[in-house]
Amino acid sequence: MTTKNIEPLWWVLFSAGGVVAAFLVPIHVILFGFAVPFGLIADTGRIYSHWLVKLYLFVLISLPLYHWAHRFLFTLVDTGLKGLRRPLAFLCYGTAIAGTLITAWVLLQI
Amino acid sequence: MSAVRPDKSKLYYPKMPSAWWLRRLSYFLFMMRELSSVFIALFLVIYLAQIHQLTKGPGAYVAFAQKFQSPGWIAFHVVVLAFALYHTYTWFASSAVVMPLKIGDRFIPQNAVVLLNIAAWVVVSTVIAALFMMFQG
Repeated sequence: MTTKNIEPLWWVLFSAGGVVAAFLVPIHVILFGFAVPFGLIADTGRIYSHWLVKLYLFVLISLPLYHWAHRFLFTLVDTGLKGLRRPLAFLCYGTAIAGTLITAWVLLQI
Repeated sequence: MSAVRPDKSKLYYPKMPSAWWLRRLSYFLFMMRELSSVFIALFLVIYLAQIHQLTKGPGAYVAFAQKFQSPGWIAFHVVVLAFALYHTYTWFASSAVVMPLKIGDRFIPQNAVVLLNIAAWVVVSTVIAALFMMFQG
């Protein structure tokens, strides 16, 4: 099985990740990049033990990784690394898969 | 369909300089849109690292967040927020083209689709912020 045969799968994950990133990421940057560190909102992380929150975080963190993988791959291809498309595809999508597994592992730990 | 495909070496492959995207503003903005995914992914990985601190207790988690008060982290989050908002806008703008919406037989104008998306985004963001404040407090 080559990466080309499963191209539609990467595309679905890419667009799902794009939707998640578009709708959910900016407010998370505002909350965790600014509001929480500066004490505007209290956060001790206690809600993370709820399974519904874990499910949400899994979607929030893992899907945009596939969005990254797809865009980053074609950025590299478009800036002159066309000949390396296959190894780069393995590297990018592989990183996203590894990220998904690590996300699941972290969420199951807490 | 029976024509023999010429050798790969005989096909014409135009050579693109790797800095082609610096030639025009529109190319540059395209590249920034692609680059937004890098900053979004970085932010989420760091967020995951912060969540991982909970395995060492709530103190480690809070201490991790307090590091973000430094100027370097503020600058990083400003850049991430700018890229994230740019992704949101370009995603809505392109989905209006890729997935046009119809009411009856008539297509909704693309600007209206973008505005509907932005309205939905404001609602979603407000709900997330409200839920977070309600359950953390």
